[in-house]
Amino acid sequence: MKRKNLDMSTTEAKRTASKTKPAPARKMSGAEMVIEALIEQGVEVIFGYPGGAVLPIYDELFKNKDRIKHVLVRHEQGASHAAEGYARSTGKVGCFLVTSGPGATNAVTGLTDALMDSIPVVCITGQVPSHLIGTDAFQEADTTGITRPCTKHNYLVKDINKLAGTVHEAFHVARSGRPGPVVIDIPKDIQFAQGNYQDASQPTTHTYKPRTAPDMDGIEAAVELMAQAKKPVFYTGGGIINAGPEASKLLRELVRETGFPVTSTLMGLGAFPASGKEWLGMLGMHGTFEANWAMHDCDVMICIGARFDDRVTGRVDAFSPDSVKIHIDIDASSINKNVPVDIGLIADAGEAMKAMLKVWRAKGCKADQPALKKWWKQIEEWRAQKCLSYKNSDTIIKPQYALQRLAHFVAQDKRDAYISTEVGQHQMWAAQFLPFDHPNRWLTSGGLGTMGYGLPAAIGAQMAHKDALVIDVAGEASILMNIQEMSTAVQYRLPVKVFIMNNQWMGMVRQWQELLHGERYSESYTDSLPDFVKLAEAYGGIGLRAETPQELDSVIKEMMKTDKVTLVDVRIDQRENCFPMIPSGKAHNEMILAADAEKFDKKLV
Amino acid sequence: MAKPKEKQNKSVYGATPVAQNVESHTLSVLVVNEPGVLARVIGLFAGRGYNIESLTVAETDHDKHLSRITIVVNGTPRVIEQIKTQLDRMVPVQKVRDLTTSGPYVDRELALVKVKGAGEARIEALRIADIFRAHVVDSTLESFIFEVTGTTAKIDAFINLMRPLGLSDVSRTGIAALSRSKVKKEIKKDPAK
Repeated sequence: MKRKNLDMSTTEAKRTASKTKPAPARKMSGAEMVIEALIEQGVEVIFGYPGGAVLPIYDELFKNKDRIKHVLVRHEQGASHAAEGYARSTGKVGCFLVTSGPGATNAVTGLTDALMDSIPVVCITGQVPSHLIGTDAFQEADTTGITRPCTKHNYLVKDINKLAGTVHEAFHVARSGRPGPVVIDIPKDIQFAQGNYQDASQPTTHTYKPRTAPDMDGIEAAVELMAQAKKPVFYTGGGIINAGPEASKLLRELVRETGFPVTSTLMGLGAFPASGKEWLGMLGMHGTFEANWAMHDCDVMICIGARFDDRVTGRVDAFSPDSVKIHIDIDASSINKNVPVDIGLIADAGEAMKAMLKVWRAKGCKADQPALKKWWKQIEEWRAQKCLSYKNSDTIIKPQYALQRLAHFVAQDKRDAYISTEVGQHQMWAAQFLPFDHPNRWLTSGGLGTMGYGLPAAIGAQMAHKDALVIDVAGEASILMNIQEMSTAVQYRLPVKVFIMNNQWMGMVRQWQELLHGERYSESYTDSLPDFVKLAEAYGGIGLRAETPQELDSVIKEMMKTDKVTLVDVRIDQRENCFPMIPSGKAHNEMILAADAEKFDKKLV
Repeated sequence: MAKPKEKQNKSVYGATPVAQNVESHTLSVLVVNEPGVLARVIGLFAGRGYNIESLTVAETDHDKHLSRITIVVNGTPRVIEQIKTQLDRMVPVQKVRDLTTSGPYVDRELALVKVKGAGEARIEALRIADIFRAHVVDSTLESFIFEVTGTTAKIDAFINLMRPLGLSDVSRTGIAALSRSKVKKEIKKDPAK
């Protein structure tokens, strides 16, 4: 009796409370829960492709058209990269929805790509009904099993009452710590089942709370080293982009305060402005001469949000042999993984830089000016090598020239510009020749090196920034890997520009074959390519072509004006190679410049 | 004399590193007991090429859904450090403790050992079992099953002794381990005095 009274009084209390805020427990179907939870997590756009096992969720999407926008892609891999492009260009979590079986397996490349490049995405996959799991049912795949090594975390939802909480947790996991992809696999019966919706504010059971604050003793030790440094260098990476725009500002402040030179990995381009006088350009295999030599000769290396990837370090035992290394990374497993460091700090890049600045100022630290002056003089000598120089031509379009002209017109344009790339020579040239002054403007597949990334990523970015200029710098081989997304761009009226650097070769493969495999060009030439102009038109877009340097400017100008998806077929020099280059297994100071390439002994192999 | 030309590395990747000394460590990993957690931990070892010598897992706290995974791994100090940080960053992993480096610990393993034999060998098996404090948990006229607990080395020794006496089957649990409680240095005064 007493208990009953108590119950009544609590329901009464709930009723009064509901006048001010919605009641905490709302009954709804699993599919409704997914949509509610996504909206609560701030998802505005979801990329996806329907199929049998996600039909209940698609039904809810139909009913909620005005609350959440769905972008129908043409292949699930496209959805995954579009979500990545969206995430990378906004700093928010990208979201995509695919069906069971082939839907999920097609998404695997994008998930792996997001894992390698630390991109926060949440992928919802449909699954066959619970009672059919394990029976080799139609379109059944062990999605959680397949995606376990290529996601940060994944879930198979078996209890309807845990569904909403799982979606909230998935977003938390995707965006916190080192960001990454998270998969939620939802059996069809769970999508139909009724249960209690749990909103994001309700306490969850998850215990995932990665550490973001730096250890202050470590920061002080790092600052002390920086103040004594004679030949310092900042080696920055994608971690700064992931730490948000504030972190990029802090990096600029830190560089201004210290006057140290800055280089960055492929993933970190834009964190420090390319127009800054301390900017050395990208480092690594196709990085600049000055950046790589500065890394090799420095005495204090301050690595922030980068992970000593093998494309960056070259030969590890000859990597920056005389430097004291400070490494700031949010992921403890990145520290001492490839290169042993002297000070390892597990922290968010932004928080660590904030702490560094605070300590630097509080202690009244000053950089060693005479030493730094000498260091800069040395760097200027390296710069004078003009490692990116190339021999231009009147008759044939050099890829570097094409990109310089593109950069020129992009700079003149008032719109905010986002550049995505595919993978290969064109990607490296784009990284070398296109300047980035702001974070989140450069979308490229770094870790996994996924050909076919650029077009869907550009679509994702254009969905997020409708008025921006979004260009996919592509190669003719890469673009064909996800060319079907042209159709998506047409459907959603996304004026993405695809700047194809067409040399008919898988350029980077050919370059390696030329330099390291005795010029035996095995399967790297594409004998039959589509007419990209007609192809664009067939999709309902615009096709343009430039065959000579004289045509280039007018074609780019025209491309900038189009209001529909545009393919630009730029016929570039077929023999051009990407330099500078550190051959694999070589040290930073053994890089080959374009001028030395002629002398490179191909008979060594 | 001309210096021999360094052989060009044809691989897209750098040279393979020089081997370092290999150590064996016992890790105690506390994980949330959710579906797939063991597959996740094992997948990490398989995917990154780490070696597992022994692995034991069971739920240790039902209310909090916690399981303890005890793993004996071997690798160079850097690899072991990597294994620990890689484990630690997994979402369901709550705590990773390297028992080998964090003070004294005890580790035990249980084995069931079936020995078939007759006559003098059968009696000898029983005698050795007694020395090893192994229990007989099943007996037929032709066989015994012994249950023996102890360190891995003790169990290895027991199995080796049983081999000539008719060893037939062995089932081992793998290592379970816990760190020892800290011994307080000062002795508490008797409150009565």
